[in-house]
Amino acid sequence: MGRVRRTTELGLIILGSLIITGAYTLASLGRNASVPANVGPFLGIILALFISAHLATRWLAPDADGLLLPLAALLNGLGFVFIVRLAGERRVPDDLPGLQSTWTALGIAAYVGTLLLVRKTKMLDQYRYSFAVLGIGLLMVPLIPGIGRQINGARIWASIGPINFQPGEFAKIVLAIFFASYLVEKRELLRIATIRIGPIHLPELRHLGPLLLAWGASIIVMVLEKDLGSSLLFFALFAVMVWVATDRIAYLISALVMFMAGAYAAWTQFSHVQARVDIWLDPWADPSNKGFQVLQSMFAFASGGLTGTGLGLGDPERIPEVETDFIFAAIGEELGLFGATAVLLCYLLMIGSGLRVAMRAESAFDKLLAVGLTALLGIQTFIIIGGVTRLVPLTGITLPFVSYGGSSLLANYVLLALLMRISDETAKREKRRAEEPDTQSASVSA
Amino acid sequence: MNRQIRRFGVGLMVLYVLLFAQLNRLQVFDAEELREDPNNSRSIVRDYGQRRGSMVTADGTLVAFSEELESGQFERQRLYPEGDLYAHSTGYFAFNYGAEGLERSYNDELAGKTVGQEFGDLSSLFTDKDNTGTLILSLQHQLQVAAREALGEQNGSVVALEPETGNVLAMWSWPSYDPNLLSAIDQEVSRSAWIWHNALSPSPLIPKAYRETYFPGSTFKVVTAAAALETGNVTGTSPVYPVVPAYTPPLTTSGLKNFGGSSCGGDLFNLIRQSCNSGFAQMAVEEVGPEALSDMAEAFGFNERLPIDLPNPAASVFVTDYGPFNRTNTTADGREYDVFDSTPVFAQASIGQFETKATPVQMAMVAATVGNNGRLMTPKLVTEIQDIDGGTITTNDDELVDVVLDPAIAQTLRQAMVGVVNDGTAKGLQTEGWEVGAKTGTAQLGASVEATHAWIIVFAGKPGQPADIAIAVVVEADAALGQRTGGSTAGPIAKAVLDSFITQN
Repeated sequence: MGRVRRTTELGLIILGSLIITGAYTLASLGRNASVPANVGPFLGIILALFISAHLATRWLAPDADGLLLPLAALLNGLGFVFIVRLAGERRVPDDLPGLQSTWTALGIAAYVGTLLLVRKTKMLDQYRYSFAVLGIGLLMVPLIPGIGRQINGARIWASIGPINFQPGEFAKIVLAIFFASYLVEKRELLRIATIRIGPIHLPELRHLGPLLLAWGASIIVMVLEKDLGSSLLFFALFAVMVWVATDRIAYLISALVMFMAGAYAAWTQFSHVQARVDIWLDPWADPSNKGFQVLQSMFAFASGGLTGTGLGLGDPERIPEVETDFIFAAIGEELGLFGATAVLLCYLLMIGSGLRVAMRAESAFDKLLAVGLTALLGIQTFIIIGGVTRLVPLTGITLPFVSYGGSSLLANYVLLALLMRISDETAKREKRRAEEPDTQSASVSA
Repeated sequence: MNRQIRRFGVGLMVLYVLLFAQLNRLQVFDAEELREDPNNSRSIVRDYGQRRGSMVTADGTLVAFSEELESGQFERQRLYPEGDLYAHSTGYFAFNYGAEGLERSYNDELAGKTVGQEFGDLSSLFTDKDNTGTLILSLQHQLQVAAREALGEQNGSVVALEPETGNVLAMWSWPSYDPNLLSAIDQEVSRSAWIWHNALSPSPLIPKAYRETYFPGSTFKVVTAAAALETGNVTGTSPVYPVVPAYTPPLTTSGLKNFGGSSCGGDLFNLIRQSCNSGFAQMAVEEVGPEALSDMAEAFGFNERLPIDLPNPAASVFVTDYGPFNRTNTTADGREYDVFDSTPVFAQASIGQFETKATPVQMAMVAATVGNNGRLMTPKLVTEIQDIDGGTITTNDDELVDVVLDPAIAQTLRQAMVGVVNDGTAKGLQTEGWEVGAKTGTAQLGASVEATHAWIIVFAGKPGQPADIAIAVVVEADAALGQRTGGSTAGPIAKAVLDSFITQN
């Protein structure tokens, strides 16, 4: 099974690289009316990068899912083509493509490194509280004076020496590991309702402690770091994981109520939250200032129409932050509804693969972790695409694998590696069982 | 846990379907509207400095063109040789502020970006051929000049239409602006013009003729009269309304007074000639009713954006809901009619007050329809688009909006409006050898304000023939000048435009 999966993976990676190189050529034709001189080397480098990730998978996780890596590679490559295409336009620095290619290489290194380091998911389960401390710590780093930095209104950056990064991107993965580990142990306790408030059954308060802590942490992120997107993401992650672990819909509902209450309180108390909602409701109220960004994004989509303006032929650079949070609007403009839908489908396929990994996984921890990681990917994508299309209020967050940004790319490759690890472990176990038919039937009857 | 995982998957799927739906909204269903959004200057910025066609009036006056530049950031500069004269028609073409007017609504044609222009000539695909389009306007230069001179520096608007075609012959509003400043390549010039124009009140950038709405006052009585004739119960000579100083509608005690406190009454011809509020309101309440009058107003184009080839035209407003049925009343001659909870405000609306509002172009369309046997034509400024060699790319054919009035009713209405000129509130419009019909309007802004908008709508043609021109003039209320009537203030302006038209055509 593993061999078939790896062969599929290789084929898809080669296909994806060709698509990316084609897009790269078209973008250059669109912008400069010339075929870029370095098409050959470009294809070579892309193939080298992704095939080395593939070879590492062959070596370190040979039985893992065969779709996830090619999909990530395709999205990463498409994002890169757009960053190349945008660089040098108004508001977009020239040096982004160089940086992004470095980040991609580092991301793939992180992918290989994670596979190398985490040989068994059990290892993650062992360091539960270290991960908790690490996760909370990473979340709080931007608040430390001297290290934390505020850029564009959100205090989500940390600078240590020459390196700037967004610790939140890594915190989300670390917290997903912690949640998975914690919930596996406590889920029976959390299922048993002892306190009844009307139709809602709640477990003892001391078991609820960590939930309240997570809620508090997400509120802190919202209030102190002014990072609404991450706050929403953390909380959604936690709510989904508790719900999946306990099968108590009450948790999902109370989480929703808690978040709504927190969000409402924030809305009444903090102008930056209020501003976001006001812009969402009526961007036309201040079209040249507050509403400018989202309106320009909507205009970009409209100007793309069904088939798009063509790569390099639109004006996506009119949208501030188009290379990061708003990159999906550039895709919508130049590739049209067809291209944007294709990207949505890529994410849906990744989510589908992720959830399939979760369903097949045997240990509760593996299942829960796979769900958590997939939820991170799926919800983050929804939050930002929903934001740039004005389906939901805009909260700044990157589009996984596509947006410019080192922390985001690195973190998402780590996330991918963990999913691959779980998948590989499951497949290995299934294979072993297939070789020993007795145990298989035993486990079926169990 | 697998059950929850599956459910979670379904939940995420739903969210992504929502995303897909929203994408469809932005990129397909609302795309056109978003592209036309006044805040959207994308296509303008892309086309700025590129080749762009000219605009020429019907009689050959060049009003907009692009001049090639030797040096600088841009290859071309947009110029408007007539300054402010055509500003509200051509609009501007500014790098930072997008485009207005025809520059906006015909951007693709001017830039040569329509499918027909790009692919009409296969050879142009491979060569750098100039495929821009030149707009041939329906505007007449002398008429436009006459309108500007006649209105002078009074806030207001003058519109002249050709009733049989819908061609806009003149469209002038004061204050106007010089589009050369906003379209300047020097961004400082453009920026300061923008700030300065927007700081003025009223802003000269607003093309009032098609984007501003005013109380139409008594000019709206033409619509009410049309609705009354349509019922079949009213003719030019019956019923005859009492000569009174005011009419008090049912369900209220406050009467609708006649202008200047005078008494008036009589048949429809008399009511129109004297612009009699009491008689008209009574006729609207007793013979027409909200539904029929709403239908007639909407047939003339109210409650819908003007169907003109200019960007973001305003919709004239006639409120259609006057509350639930209240009771049945009886007329003086014993016939029953329905009374609604808001019949008192309906009475005001029927004489162009309450919340009734109209654009100058809309009221010109009303006059044109009466002069054109009841046929309402789509107003347009561009008659033809030509390529660089003068060949026709497309023509904007004359388009019928609807046959609003039965020819017999149009004839009666025409007779009534001619009566206004022969022996009514618009005697100043009398013109040798021409049959001129008009309706004046003096729209009070409210009980507390003494000032009034002065209106007149006019059609003129050879006796017995469809009219050759329809004119609407509105001179805005000026508190310093107090009450000014349509006949004395707006009438002479319409007359000057009409005289200019007659000397040329």
